[in-house]
Amino acid sequence: MSTASSSFIDRRTVVDWLGIAPFMIFALMFLIVPTLYLVTGAFFTPEGDFTFKNIGDLFTPTILSAYWISIKVSFASSLGGAIIGFALAWAIVLGGLPSWIRSGLLTFSGVASNFAGVPLAFAFIATLGRTGLVTVFLRDWFGFNLYSTGFNLLSFFGLTITYMFFQIPLMVLILTPALDGLKKEWREASEILGASTWQYWRMVAMPILWPSLLGTSLLLFANAFGAIATAYALTGASLNIVPILLYAQIRGDVLHNPNLGYALALGMIVITGISNILYIWLRMRAERWQK
Amino acid sequence: MKMTKFFAWLAIAIGIIYFFVPLLGTFEFSLRMRRGEYSFDSYGSVFSDIQFQQTFGFSVLMAIFTIVFGMLLVVPTAYWVRLRLPQMRPVMEFITLMPLVIPAIVIVFGYLRLYNSSSYIPFTGSIFGTNVLLVMSYITLSLPYMYRSVDTAMRTIDVRTLTEAAEILGAKWPTILFKCIFPNVMSGVLSGAFITFAIVIGEFTMASLLNRPAFGPYLQLVGANKAYEPSALAIIAFAMTWLSMGLIQLVSRFSKLTPSKA
Repeated sequence: MSTASSSFIDRRTVVDWLGIAPFMIFALMFLIVPTLYLVTGAFFTPEGDFTFKNIGDLFTPTILSAYWISIKVSFASSLGGAIIGFALAWAIVLGGLPSWIRSGLLTFSGVASNFAGVPLAFAFIATLGRTGLVTVFLRDWFGFNLYSTGFNLLSFFGLTITYMFFQIPLMVLILTPALDGLKKEWREASEILGASTWQYWRMVAMPILWPSLLGTSLLLFANAFGAIATAYALTGASLNIVPILLYAQIRGDVLHNPNLGYALALGMIVITGISNILYIWLRMRAERWQK
Repeated sequence: MKMTKFFAWLAIAIGIIYFFVPLLGTFEFSLRMRRGEYSFDSYGSVFSDIQFQQTFGFSVLMAIFTIVFGMLLVVPTAYWVRLRLPQMRPVMEFITLMPLVIPAIVIVFGYLRLYNSSSYIPFTGSIFGTNVLLVMSYITLSLPYMYRSVDTAMRTIDVRTLTEAAEILGAKWPTILFKCIFPNVMSGVLSGAFITFAIVIGEFTMASLLNRPAFGPYLQLVGANKAYEPSALAIIAFAMTWLSMGLIQLVSRFSKLTPSKA
C-alpha cells in the first residue's frame, strides 16, 4: 500500500518535471551548452591540454586595444544615453509638459530602442557621413567643414553618437517608471522642512534614484558592448572593437589560434555578465522604493 | 516653476533634434538618386531588386517559424511553471534573461563549433539543418521578450481555476492548452510575436555567420556597394519597426478594453 502511494507521488513529480523538459532541452542545446563549450574551450589548447595561455594571450596589444575601444565606446554611449535619457524622462514626468508629449516620446522610444543594427548605420551615414545632410548643411550654409575638424563618423566618436540612438530611448523607457515613483509627499515634506530644490534632489530624490540610474547605465553598457551589426555596417572592419574582432576570428581565424577565439568570447561574457549582475542587484535595491 | 518648464522644453528640443535629424537626413538622402531633383527612384530600385524580394521573403519566413515554434515552446512552459512548478520561476527568469547577457555573436560562435558538419549533431552540414539552427538561434534571441510578455499575460488570468474548470468539463490537455490557455494569453502572444518579428527581420549576426541569405546580411551588402539604396532601406526598416511597435500598442489597448472574465 505504501509503495503504491509513494510511486504515485513519484509519477506525479516525474510528470511535473517532464512538462518543462522540452524547454530545458532547448535551453541546454541552444544556450547553455554552446556557451559552456566556449568557456571551457578557453582553458584548453587545440590539442586538448589544460592551459591558462589563451587567457594570458588576451593581454597582447591588439586584443587589449580592442577591449579598450569597446569599453570606451560602450561607456561613452551609456553615459551619454544616461544623461540625455534622464533629462528626457525628467522632462516628461516632472517638467509639467502637455501629456501628449509624454505618450509621444514613450511610443517613439519603444520604436527607436528597437531600431538598431544595419539600418541605423545607414541612417547616420546619410546624416553625418561625408555627403550627409548635416555635413552638407553646415558646409553650404555656414562654410563649416565638419570633416576638417578631425570628425569622422567611422571612429570612436561616430560610433558613440550612433549607439546613443538606441541607448537614450532605452534609458527613457526604464527610467520613466522610476521617476513616476517619486512621491509628491517627499517633495512637499522637504519643502516644508525648508529644503531648496537642490537639497531635495541631492538628499532625497537622488539617493532613491541612483540605483535605477546606475543600474540602467550598466544595462546600456552591456547592450552596447555586445552589439556588432551597427558597427560592422558603419565601419566595415576598420574599427577594432571586440565584437568585430571576434567576427573576423570566427570567419577566418585571424588570431591563428581557435582557442584564443574562445578566450575572446569568454572575456565578452565576463564583461557583459558583470554589468548585468550589478544591474539586477541595483534593480532589486531600486524596487524597494517603488512599492 | 518657469525655469523647470524651460529646461523641460529644452530637453525635449534636444531630443527631437537628435532623433529627427538622422531620420530626416536618411529620408532626404534616399530621395537624391536622380541628379538635381528629388525622386523615389531609390525605392523603386530597392523594390525591383530580385535579391531584396528573396532575402526579405526568407527573413519573413524565418520570423514566422521563430514565432510559431517559439510560442509552442514558451506558452506551455510558462503555463506549466505557473501551474505545477512555481518553485522553478526564478530559474526560468534566469534562463530567459541569459540571451540578453550573452552576446549573440558568442552564442552563434558556440553553435558553429558544437554543431559543425563533423560533430554528433551536424546542423550546419545541410541547408535545411542550418535553417533549423537559424530558427533556433532566433528563438533564443527572442526568448527574453516572448517569455516575459506571455508570463505577464498569464499573471492576469487564474491558470489553476481555468485548468480545473476545463478538467471537470472533461477536457484533455491539448484542449486545455489550445482552447483555454492560448486564447486567454493572446495579447501576450501577439505582442511577443511582433517584437520577435522586429528583432528577426533585420538580424545580422546569426544569419551572416550561419551563411544564410537573410535580409540583415543583404542590407549590409547593399550598404557596402550602393549609394542611395541603403537610405531607402533604412527608411523601410524604420517603418517596419514602427509598424510592429504600433501593433503591440494596438493589441495591448484592445486587450485592456475587453473585460477579463477569467
